[in-house]
Amino acid sequence: MMQDLQSIWVYLSASPLLHLFLTLLAYQIGQALYKKSGMMPLLNPVMIAVILLVLMLVGTGTSYESYFSGAQFVHFLLGPATVALAIPLYRQFDKVKRSALALSLSLLCGSITAAASAVLIALWLGGAEKALVSLATKSVTAPVAMGITKELGGLPSLTAVLVITTGIIGAMFGPYILNLVGVKNWAARGFAIGTASHGIGTARAMQVNEEAGAFSGLAMGLNALATSLLLPLIWFWVF
Amino acid sequence: MLFYLTIIFGCQLIGESLVSWLQLPVPGPVIGMALLFLALNWKGSVPDDLSRVADGLLSNLSLLFIPAGVGVMLHFRLIETAFWPITIALVVSTLLTIALTGLFMTWLGKHPPAKQENSTEGKA
Repeated sequence: MMQDLQSIWVYLSASPLLHLFLTLLAYQIGQALYKKSGMMPLLNPVMIAVILLVLMLVGTGTSYESYFSGAQFVHFLLGPATVALAIPLYRQFDKVKRSALALSLSLLCGSITAAASAVLIALWLGGAEKALVSLATKSVTAPVAMGITKELGGLPSLTAVLVITTGIIGAMFGPYILNLVGVKNWAARGFAIGTASHGIGTARAMQVNEEAGAFSGLAMGLNALATSLLLPLIWFWVF
Repeated sequence: MLFYLTIIFGCQLIGESLVSWLQLPVPGPVIGMALLFLALNWKGSVPDDLSRVADGLLSNLSLLFIPAGVGVMLHFRLIETAFWPITIALVVSTLLTIALTGLFMTWLGKHPPAKQENSTEGKA
């Protein structure tokens, strides 16, 4: 009997289906908890799903590579989903046009704050020198952040992790911070979240309000552009 | 539906090709988004089926980040050695960025460099 279970497990863990299924299941559990709490930002579904999956993988001694061979089908859809952000952007474009100058200035402010404050805090606390480049690119959408990290001689796979963590932090606490400082306008809220916490922040904003989602997606794209143009210049000038 | 999914994949493919051909500093899908945006502007409206495909992809956008997020298990060691500096830097910097960007944009809305309006209120 145990022998049979063992062989079924060996068979299943070699096929992409199991980890694809577990990824979807973990997300549904995260979503269910999140919905049940009345979409409380602190119960971020990505965070819940990642914790469940990491516990499961570490518990069963499964490597990330074998997990990813199944999960890659979900990962792949990030590209098409990014393209699809053109639709909310198009629907909200009149509002974007009206505030083009304010958006550019806010983006510059956010982009510089995101990179500089993370690096300065880490330098001040000390001990995280290997992670400096990854910290500087943490607010940029993952594929671009990894590209910039490579260019500056950092660790791209660490960058991916810090980027996702930043996204989760922004989605979890961003709404509270914006309430605290009294930013109520949907466009400003979405733009701030998208600048600091890219796609994961955008995913959360999109669920709450389409205008916020569109501005968040726009901020994500613009911050990717601004950081990839500015950061290498500043980095080589400072370090 | 399949037609519009093909269009979305096509935009990404052209985006990826342009990026590797011209060595652009942005990712392919972002260029793809710009291309689709231009196409929509040229067409002047969003076809219903395209809306449905896009809503399907975007309503579960969070799901798509999970596989990359699980990658945290590759870096337990490095993160362990510098857990507090990294965590404090991430949290403080992210929240500072959100607050400053939001406040700055609100302030620019009240002291407009160009004409703009603030109507809808709420929380995202």
